[in-house]
Amino acid sequence: MHEYSIVQALVERVEELAREKRARAVHGVLVSIGELSGVEPDLLATAYVTFRERTICEKAELTILPVAARWDCPRCRQGIPRGSLLSCPLCGIPARLAAGDEIVLERIEMEVA
Amino acid sequence: MCGTCGCGDEEIVPVEVHDRILSGNDRTARHNREHFAKWSVVAVNLMGSPGAGKTAILEATAARKAGAVRFGALAGDLETSRDAERLRRAGIPSVAITTGSACHLDAELVHRALHGFPWQDLDFLFIENVGNLVCPAIYDLGQAANVVALSVTEGEDKPLKYPVMFRRADLVLLTKTDLLPYLPEVRVDAIRDALARVNPAPALLPVSARTGEGMSEWLSWLESRRPAFEEEPATADPVSS
Repeated sequence: MHEYSIVQALVERVEELAREKRARAVHGVLVSIGELSGVEPDLLATAYVTFRERTICEKAELTILPVAARWDCPRCRQGIPRGSLLSCPLCGIPARLAAGDEIVLERIEMEVA
Repeated sequence: MCGTCGCGDEEIVPVEVHDRILSGNDRTARHNREHFAKWSVVAVNLMGSPGAGKTAILEATAARKAGAVRFGALAGDLETSRDAERLRRAGIPSVAITTGSACHLDAELVHRALHGFPWQDLDFLFIENVGNLVCPAIYDLGQAANVVALSVTEGEDKPLKYPVMFRRADLVLLTKTDLLPYLPEVRVDAIRDALARVNPAPALLPVSARTGEGMSEWLSWLESRRPAFEEEPATADPVSS
């Protein structure tokens, strides 16, 4: 289960930014997790609760924004429904993943003096 | 102090980041990739379930190109250096990366393993990832290509069940095809179809380390990944002994 190593990277990044901004505390962390990112939101939340102890995130709530997978044609932008063959029926070129592979730290709510 | 009402409370401010959580790993992977490019080493991240036949394919690869192409390998496993030993016996200089309990390799583990290993002289560096169809797909190692080994006994629908891994595969090696006569219910076309529903540029190559099926196509595929300026004339290199 790699969610622990994701959380470790997340907390380290938050600590780094909090130091940079001279924050006294962190109140909230917002991340977006794509459906095709390979990260399971529930497992991430569990890993976060375990790992945040004695870190700057100890009292910070984690909000996970799930992002649905969306394929489309890079040329005509037509959406390609999930489960179908991943090439554009009109242009005949490979589809691209327009959204859904995010493992992104979006925002931190910090308490500054 | 609160900037809006002067109440004396600390202010809570939102700090926008919008950066990948694994940006640290991405940085190290970029660094690895630059090293590989500088020395014209093609790094291949070889992934697949435990027992999919990753090591066997590499052994068969070495047997067919012994002396002609310089292969090396990093072999990731939770415990033991058995795979690295097998590969060394097959003539592939190899180092084991034991991850303890980690289910995947990351760019830092690869970077550390490269120290003290003469990878600069190689044509191809195989990074045999930890046997797992989920976690290894998430971490960029600095590779030039992702290859996933899927054995015929694993079932037709594996790509649909593990889209994260198969979406990123530049090539899927369908291994152990010598077993197909004993598996009447497994249809290669169904596996090909499943792959095309999760990977926009699907490439499936049936291979058997035992019979040699598909091995020459696999070797051609590897050759096609080499930088163009690396192509050598058909005549023997006069410098080599």
